[in-house]
This record gives sequence, structure tokens and C-alpha cells, in this order.
Amino acid sequence: MSLLPEPDFGTPAADADGASPPLTLAIDGIEVVVPAGTSLMRAAALAGVAIPKLCATDCLQAVGACRLCLVEIDGRKGTPASCTTPAEAGMRVRTQSPRLTELRRNVMELTLSDHPLDCLTCAANGACELQDMAAAVGLREVRYGLAGAHHLADPRDDSNPYFGYDPAKCIVCFRCVRACDEQQGSFALTATGRGFATRIAAGTGGSFMDSDCVSCGACVAACPTATLIEKTARATGSAERAIATTCAYCGVGCGFLVEVDGPPDTPTIVRMTPSKQGQANRGHACVKGRFAWGYATHQDRVVRPMIRARITDPWREVSWDEALRHAAGEFRRIQREHGRDAVGAIVSSRCTNEEDYLVQKLVRAAFGNNNVDTCARVCHSPTGYGLGQTLGTSAGTQTFASVDKADVIVVIGANPGEAHPVFASRLKRRVRAGARLIVIDPRAIDLVDSPHVRADVHLQPRPGTNVAVLTALAHVIVTEGLLDEAFVAERCERQSFADWHNFVARPENSPEALQAASGVPAARVRAAARLYATADNAAIYYGLGVTEHAQGSTAVMAIANLAMATGNLGREGVGVNPLRGQNNVQGSCDMGSFPHELPGYRHVSDAATRTAFERAWGVDLLPTPGLRIPNMFDAALDGSFLGLYCQGEDPAQSDPDTRHVQAALAAMECVVVQDLFLNETARFAHVFLPGSSFLEKDGTFTNAERRISRVRRVMAPLAGMADWQVTLALAEALGYPMQYRHPSDIMDEIARLTPTFAGVSYEKLDRMGSLQWPCNDAAPAGTPTMHVGGFSSRPGGKGRFMIAQYVPSDEQTTSRHPLLLTTGRVLSQYNVGAQTRRTANVRFHAEDLLEIHPHDAEQRGIADGDWVGLESRAGATALRAEVTARVQPGVVYTTFHFPESGANIVTTDSSDWATNCPEYKVTAVQVRRLARPPARAGGAP
Amino acid sequence: MNAAHLIRMANRIGDFFVAMPDREQAVRDVADHIARTWEPRMTRDLRAHVAAHGDADLSAIVREALVRLPP
Ligand code: SF4
Ligand code: SF4
Ligand code: SF4
Ligand code: FES
Repeated sequence: MSLLPEPDFGTPAADADGASPPLTLAIDGIEVVVPAGTSLMRAAALAGVAIPKLCATDCLQAVGACRLCLVEIDGRKGTPASCTTPAEAGMRVRTQSPRLTELRRNVMELTLSDHPLDCLTCAANGACELQDMAAAVGLREVRYGLAGAHHLADPRDDSNPYFGYDPAKCIVCFRCVRACDEQQGSFALTATGRGFATRIAAGTGGSFMDSDCVSCGACVAACPTATLIEKTARATGSAERAIATTCAYCGVGCGFLVEVDGPPDTPTIVRMTPSKQGQANRGHACVKGRFAWGYATHQDRVVRPMIRARITDPWREVSWDEALRHAAGEFRRIQREHGRDAVGAIVSSRCTNEEDYLVQKLVRAAFGNNNVDTCARVCHSPTGYGLGQTLGTSAGTQTFASVDKADVIVVIGANPGEAHPVFASRLKRRVRAGARLIVIDPRAIDLVDSPHVRADVHLQPRPGTNVAVLTALAHVIVTEGLLDEAFVAERCERQSFADWHNFVARPENSPEALQAASGVPAARVRAAARLYATADNAAIYYGLGVTEHAQGSTAVMAIANLAMATGNLGREGVGVNPLRGQNNVQGSCDMGSFPHELPGYRHVSDAATRTAFERAWGVDLLPTPGLRIPNMFDAALDGSFLGLYCQGEDPAQSDPDTRHVQAALAAMECVVVQDLFLNETARFAHVFLPGSSFLEKDGTFTNAERRISRVRRVMAPLAGMADWQVTLALAEALGYPMQYRHPSDIMDEIARLTPTFAGVSYEKLDRMGSLQWPCNDAAPAGTPTMHVGGFSSRPGGKGRFMIAQYVPSDEQTTSRHPLLLTTGRVLSQYNVGAQTRRTANVRFHAEDLLEIHPHDAEQRGIADGDWVGLESRAGATALRAEVTARVQPGVVYTTFHFPESGANIVTTDSSDWATNCPEYKVTAVQVRRLARPPARAGGAP
Repeated sequence: MNAAHLIRMANRIGDFFVAMPDREQAVRDVADHIARTWEPRMTRDLRAHVAAHGDADLSAIVREALVRLPP
């Protein structure tokens, strides 16, 4: 239970179908109008009447277990439970009477007879629903005492690093079990025994750590007592206040309440609880956002600026002023000696919109070039390009809630259970309710077969052949008459459709013909195409398994083609949905962090847009694109790019072909790293500027639904300056002062200069909770669903089909490198792990492992847990093997969270044709058993 | 800049547009894509490479497109 509870209406809102009219009833004489299907408990709450309850809470379906919420209804016998009784028109309900008081008191007395009476020393004291209910029913003493049978000596389970389970306090309300089943979808908890002997158990009765629990915390949030409670809350007790903010990990963008205690600048964080007002998560969270925030105050944080002349010198702590003057002086010197275009910047998709906007402004206005890029280059740049070309807007088309209306869900190249857990829970809920599921992934990700969720079709393409599969799907749709002809005729370009139709209909694009390339049986492709194309509502969700390929942009366009051809755009339940990796991938792209685009995806060659920015910024802007990240590294190696401002990014670990990246960084004359920690890139830096965590600053993040949400300062920046202030100070040192008093001023400028953001302001965000762009005069409350009625950013409003021809990747297996390596993520770790490795999440995943199929392992004499060498044409590294049939023969898989294993030492320079997004997902490799662990895993071969 | 990288990137762009039915338009699209996404020194260095070593490493469509690129 939250220490600072948001209102709890007892049962979820009724699913208003629009068919049944609202109904009016009276609760304790107060008239209230509610949607059909609303429970009496919720109706009462809406009327301002709180009915005592224990087993009900509004994030879970009611079960009517505790019998505390009884009411009387005029004209009816008995005392039904209000949580499970639906409201009816004209009902007159009483929530208070002597009979009800007596009944409730009995229930409470029985409950408390098996509960320790140690409220005053309990961590939940003052924030316990049981305590509140005892007071609400006027219970002063427990007649039964504690002499009878009880569970007060049941042992505690503190195995989970973040929360404890004290069964002595359990009142067996089943909220935790239901939260795990309904909200999270992990089915890790069970109720064992019957009647009084009923107990809650993790898994089959072992510890939480040994069960299927994924530490999402839903059960902890649902528990009305201190039975399941965060260890931090147990240690600290209750919080004084809560600050609403947004998770800084993945692109779901969950809303949180940070509960704190103590002085405003240096508070103690009691815990972070998911907010029910969070429009992306509605009260749910995952182990990263919910629990893994301890990195923010980790001892490794560097909080003083440092400089050094050479990267082999030791660091020297200096004042902010000296560090900034030094950095600015070096950038200007390099520009004088090597030209204006010899410097640039990389911004992070982890930073706020305002920070990203400032850095690109610094580059364009103060450096005077367009050499700015974002780490979205290496993840979702093909999304920007591919969706822009076809649908006209470089963004996903739906809200997360849209999945609740999908009948068929396609998940391609994404593993939401690990990378977008809160969305995965929602998707699984929809599948449990009957939606059909198609998974396209070389690996058997958990959606393929998890508790109560099973994919109807799993297509397992060989890495690098997505376009072959997508084109084969299109072939079936076109040749089997499964097109939505009316949609295509009304909403899409005639010529591009005709060209595409002719192309995909060719025999060489049939599933049978492409089977040899993709390895996917044609019959399965046909089954998937029919399922997708014949659904009332079919939605596609995709991730980096689509974009991070030599044909990443082609695959994104192929996906958009499928959605247009089947009419699956422009309403709820359908669409093309990129699942963004980091918290602000969408935002950093929106903010003009790409070297060819000004904010709002407007090309630098567009004179009207340039003029608007030139007027506002008082400078001339270049009409030609700048260098992208991989181009910066190439230019560094040929001596024409020598100065880099790198904010919140760690290319030395996260970018492919580490040896090449490190050589490029080492060739530069001034690398400025702004980060929380001395990351791998800082090894090549000359200036280190301390960064600030999301808890230390104000700003906004934009999630995968285009939802702009506020990030709010919880504590003062540990280094004295928030990231946006550091960029301002650097601009000033470069002789280009910018005047902003607060990040809200930056957002006001973005809104003035960017039509899709014209209606966004902090005031409105505070009022509305969040806003989905486009947000402007035409859509003052934002745009949950894109492309309703037309593709407004395309000429004539018509969608454009793009021919997506399969071209084999340059990365092909050879006798020297006979296996294909593909990469991914695990739930508990995040990206390069800089944050999550500094939390107890390492208890869940402490090293990167190489997944290898039993067949390939046997051939090489590799057993589970063995050390293996992994080698590609780019480099070699070592890690331990996990022998598993999750991967297919011929394919190996690993994650890239730990610098020691250095997965990117082996990934190559192969990249997407349109955007240079690296082909992380396909690398030809060889794997060999190592007789002994390497001295230090990683490093050059 | 690394000529091998530039050639590979250019050919990859060509591989995409070569599938378009209108050849004339496809050549224009290759040129346009390069003009809109490549920093000027990349085009300059590719041209310099072609001038010095010939264009044998480039696919036909890229060769045609290169001629159309604005200087
Ligand atoms: S933390 Fe989440 S997964 Fe674990 S038992 Fe609780 S609800 Fe289930
Ligand atoms: S652990 Fe908490 S939520 Fe679960 S049954 Fe016990 S009291 Fe209820
Ligand atoms: S799902 Fe993503 S945004 Fe939500 S809590 Fe987890 S990491 Fe944070
Ligand atoms: S709250 Fe209704 S029966 Fe428990």
C-alpha cells in the first residue's frame, strides 16, 4: 500500500461500451450517475462515500472475499458485498446501519485475531489499510485475543533484494495474487491450503527469489498491510511528501510518485511507487523503474568537474568555471585550426527534451554547424525515416491503451517482456482475453509461450531476413485477395500502391520462394498473413529487432505497407507501433537531434524553417546535413573531426565495433563527456562534466506513444548544476549566451518554433498530466491516435507505399564465422548497465551470457556455464555460455549490459542503408570453448 | 573519409532504390537521398575517390546518381 495513497475507488472503472446509457442511483441519499457495469462500491466512492473494504482495490477485479464492504439495498434482502454488486438504475443503497456496523466489526475482529497487534512499531503504521478499517468500523478491542491458532511465527522471506514478505501480518485478502495474475501476468503467487490454513506462497512454496517473480512490485503496491513491503520503507518508515515524475529507463514512460522525507534539497527517498495517474502505466511498473533508483546516489557518482591535457594523464578536479572555459577554449581552437565543421556533439535519448533541444541549439548556433546526432541513431533512426516516408510522420500511431482493442497482435523484433515490461503486461492481458498473437523473432521470446499466453504463430526468421518475411506476408495479402481495397483507394496514393502491388505479387516474393532465404516455412507465413489481414483490428508492435539491420528502414516501410494494405491505421486497436528502447528516444528525435533535421523533423534545407530558427536564435544556419555518429568516427580517423561534446552517452560501450570507436575517440583532440559516472567513453575524454540524474532536474520525456510527461526535481543536483544549466554555461563560455530561467522557458521556445508542439506548456502538462503530440490549435488536448481520416503530413493526405525488396546483409556466415550472433536485453538490466549495474538488480543478472543451441554447443564441446570465446571479423571477446533451445541452430544471442563481456567488440560496421543505424542484430561469428576463464574478458583479440 | 565505407554506404542506398520501377526517378532518389543525409565532406571524398581510382566499385545506379548530385 502506498504511504501517500492516491484515491482508491475500490473497483476498476466500468468498460463503457457506449451502448448502455449511464444510470442513476442513490447512495446514502446522495444521487450519483455512473456508467453501466459500475460496482456499488465504485458508485459510492464517486458519490464521496467510502465503504470499508479490504480485499478490493481499483486496479484489480473484485472477488468479494473479505465481506467487509457489505451494504443494504432498499427492497432487497441480505447484505450483498458492494464490490461485486453492479449498480442498477434507481437503486437506493445504505452503507451505514447498526446491522452493517455489527457485521463489519465481526469481520474485522476475526481478521485481527490472526494479526500481530504491533501497529506502533510496524513500518506501515499510519499507512495501513487494515489499521484504517479497524478505525472505520469502530473496533477498539479484539475479543478473541491471540491465544488461539495463528500464524504469527511464520518465517519471513527477505530473499528479494527490494521487498520483504512477512506472512505473520497477512490477512489473506488475495490482492497480491490477483495483482501478480491480472496486472503483471506472471502468475508467480499462489494461495495454498484452505480456510484458516490458507497462506500465500511464491511459486510452489519456495522463496520469492526462487520463484517466477520478476520483482515488478505489483503485489507490494496492492498489499493493504505491511506483509509485502519495500525494504526501504521498512527501514525509513513513512514519507512526508510525494513528487510526481516519470521513469528514466525505458520508452514506456511510467508515471511514478517519489515518496520522500527530509529537507527539500537533500531528501531521503523512501520509495518510488507507480502512479495510477500515470497515463502510460496506470499504476503498474517494473523492477527497473520501481526499485532500481539507488544508482542516483551511488558512491561512483562523479560530482566535480575534471580536466586533463592528454587521455593518459590523471584527472584533475577543477571548478565548473575552469572546466567550461577549458572545454570552450579547446573547441574554438580546433575550429580555428581545422575548420568550423571539425567539432560536434552527441546527445542522449536518456536526457530530457529540453536538454536535447539545448545541445542541438548549441551545435547549430554556437558551433555553427549541423554535427549533432543522438544515440537514437543506433536504435530507432530507421523508424523516423521509414514511417516518415510512408505515413508522413516519424512516430508510432497509437496509445498503449489501444492494444486493449486489438484482435490480432503482431510482435516483430521486439521482446517487450524484457525491454518494455509494463506494456508487455498490458499486451498479455489482452491476449489472455482472447486476442490472437503472431511473434516474428529468431528467438523464442517469452511471449511465444508464457503462463496463459501462447503465440498462435511464431515465425523464426534467420537474423537479417525480416524484409524477406514481411514481403512474403505482403505477397499473400495481395495474391489471396486480403487487401482492404476501400481503405487503399481512399487513403493511399494510387501510383505507389500499384507499383508496390505489382512488386509483391511477383512469384519471387512468395513465401515459398523466400523460404530459402528466411528459413521460415511458407505455410506458416501464409497462416500469419491470413490471421493478420482478416482481423477486425490488427496491430503491429516492433522494436530494435526490426531497425538494427542493414535493411532496418526497409523493414519499417514494409511494416507500414502491411498496415496500409489491410486498412489497419487511423483508429484504436490497430497501427504501427515502434517500441522505443530508452525513455526519451522519441523526444530526442523530435527535438532536432539529428544532423539533417531541425526540431519537428524539418530538413535543414527547408528555407522557411531555417529562417524561423535563424530569427529566433540570431544566427545563420547551415542548409546542409551534418555528420552522423558513425560518420563522426570515420571523420575523426581521417583527421577532420577532432572535438566532441558527448552528453549522457557512452558510445565506447554502446556503439558497434568497439575497436573502431575507441580508435576514433583516441584520435580526437577534445572529448567532453557529461555523465553521472566515469563511463567507458570517459577513458578517452579530456573534460568531464558531472551530469545529473532524473531525480535532480526538471524537464520532460516523450515516450513511445508520443506522450510528453513531466520529470520533476526531487533533490538538488549533486554537482550543483543540472544538465540543462551545464549546457547553458558551456554555450556562454563559447560566446553564445542563452537566456532561460527554467526548463519551462525552453519548452516555451520549442512550442513557439515547432508546429507539432505549439500547444505544449508546463502549465498544460501539469493540468492534463501528459500530452501526446501533435498538440496544437487543431488538437489542443493532443493526439492519442494518429492518421484518423488521412495522413495529414503527406501530400494530399495520402499514404505512400514503398517497394521493400529483400537484399541479403553483407554479414553472411562463412566457414571461419559459421554462426550468426544477434543481441538483445534482459529485464533487470538497462542498456550499457551504467545505472542498473549499480543497483541490486545485479542479483537478477550479473553477467552477459551467450545463448547457444544444444546442437551447436555439442558440436563444439560446450556445456552450460562454460567460458567461450566469441569472435567476428571486428574483434573477439569471452563470456559464459547458456545452452538453450530458445535460439535456433546456427544462431547465438547475447546482451550488452556489461563492459567486461563487451558484446560490441564483435559487432561490425554494417549499418542501415538509409540512416546508418548499426546492424547490431546480425554478426557472423565463431564460438569456441575456452579451457579456462580469460584473464579479463573482453579486449581486442 | 574511409572510402570503403562511403562506397558501401552508397551502394546500399542504390540497392534500395534499384527496385523501383521508374529508373529515372530511382536515380534521382539515390542522388536526393545522398544530398539530404550525407555531410558535404562525405560526398566530396567519394567524388575524390572516384576521380583518383575510378568508379568500378560503385553500382550502376550510384554511378548515375553521383553525376546528378549538386556540386
Ligand atoms: S513482484 Fe510482481 S512478479 Fe513478483 S510476485 Fe509480486 S506481482 Fe508477482
Ligand atoms: S500478502 Fe498482503 S495482499 Fe497478499 S494476501 Fe496477504 S495481506 Fe493480502
Ligand atoms: S516499464 Fe519502463 S518506464 Fe515503466 S517502470 Fe519499467 S523501465 Fe520504467
Ligand atoms: S472489499 Fe468487498 S468483499 Fe472485500
